[in-house]
Amino acid sequence: MIDKAIDGAAAAVADIHDGASVMIGGFGTAGMPDELIDALIARGVGDLTIINNNAGNGEHGVAALIREGRVHKIVCSFPRQSDSHHFDAAYRAGKIELELVPQGNLAARIQAAGSGLGAIFTPTGYGTLLAEGKEVREIDGKYYVLEYPIQADFALIKAHKGDRWGNLVFRKTARNFGPIMAMAAKTTIAQVSAIVPLGEIDPEVVVTPGIFVQRVVAIAPAQIAVAA
Amino acid sequence: MNRLNRDQMAARVARDIPEGAYVNLGIGLPTKVANYLPAEREIFMQSENGLLGMGPAPAPGEEDWELINAGKQAVTLLTGGCFFHHADSFAMMRGGHLDICVLGAFQVSVHGDLANWHTGEPDAIPAVGGAMDLAIGAKQTFVMMELLTKQGESKLVENCTYPLTGLGCVSRVYTDLAVFDLGPSGARVVEMVEGLDIEELRRITGLDLAFTKAAEPV
Repeated sequence: MIDKAIDGAAAAVADIHDGASVMIGGFGTAGMPDELIDALIARGVGDLTIINNNAGNGEHGVAALIREGRVHKIVCSFPRQSDSHHFDAAYRAGKIELELVPQGNLAARIQAAGSGLGAIFTPTGYGTLLAEGKEVREIDGKYYVLEYPIQADFALIKAHKGDRWGNLVFRKTARNFGPIMAMAAKTTIAQVSAIVPLGEIDPEVVVTPGIFVQRVVAIAPAQIAVAA
Repeated sequence: MNRLNRDQMAARVARDIPEGAYVNLGIGLPTKVANYLPAEREIFMQSENGLLGMGPAPAPGEEDWELINAGKQAVTLLTGGCFFHHADSFAMMRGGHLDICVLGAFQVSVHGDLANWHTGEPDAIPAVGGAMDLAIGAKQTFVMMELLTKQGESKLVENCTYPLTGLGCVSRVYTDLAVFDLGPSGARVVEMVEGLDIEELRRITGLDLAFTKAAEPV
């Protein structure tokens, strides 16, 4: 019997190693898998490359990883926020490398990796600082920038419900990068509010098919009240 | 002259958003436009973090922090609205499906180049978010900004000096003093506030602005 359910966040992240590349879902705090990140911090590994839309908010999640000095490089679109003080301090001290990527290019490059594409040509960023030094091609009279896929060793994402085959549904805007990160990592670990029996998720509404998910961990929502 | 305040500017932009339009309002000043869209006009508000059919802020105490906008504020979903992931969201822009986006700006050039993501100061921490995708992706990109900086310099310029967000992407600029259409042949004044004339507008912007007599008061 195939059972991708893992008991507890610590067991789910037990093989994440020093130097690993880790995609982390979430847009701000919506969809941020805080408990998986806490377990990753507790493992004590470092020199990580983190791929996330932001560079942490407040004291939790990605911000805590940066605060603890575990992040060597971050790939994101919007690091600077009112409560990104841990990133700001690390960046100004030269302790963290930043690859700034326009948000749509970030999504497209992650999706490209998950789709097996060698590269994409995107119009976003053409003629700007963020395309400097990159190959440009004119296609049908419009200019495009060559961008390469972003893949990762692991993806930590947060979904609403999952089953033992790894099928997932998400909740509201907490979906954001979850489905595409699940495709782009060698090992995708999903924390869900509940693991339900096979068949309980309507096959017509599965958002992420289980083929993209290797581990599912049930973590009861702590801070967020989930409506029925 | 009758300089528009920010709410009047938002109301002016709202007048140009037709029924059925798919619209993304940028963070900051453009967010105000939503307050002036008439309730009877069905307009689809998109937020790049994955929702279409975005509604107003919830009542205090009713916030759901898994239902937020791009500015990470709590919002609601209108009946008929839906959720999607980030790749689909940006495909809506780049793929030419989104009709209008309204953005703020540091500078806009008369040919429609936009600078709104980075001041270029060496100690600034850069952050771009979805600005570049929105600017070049929507069918029409509107900018909403005060025409002059606090120092009195025009933010509508011949060539942007701040780092660019996108090239030739802005078609119209709404300001507190005038509305401009932009294109390959330069800037054309569409409307001015009462008490302002074209010579004064040319003087304060330092630009060779095209003007047709049809330009009406805002």
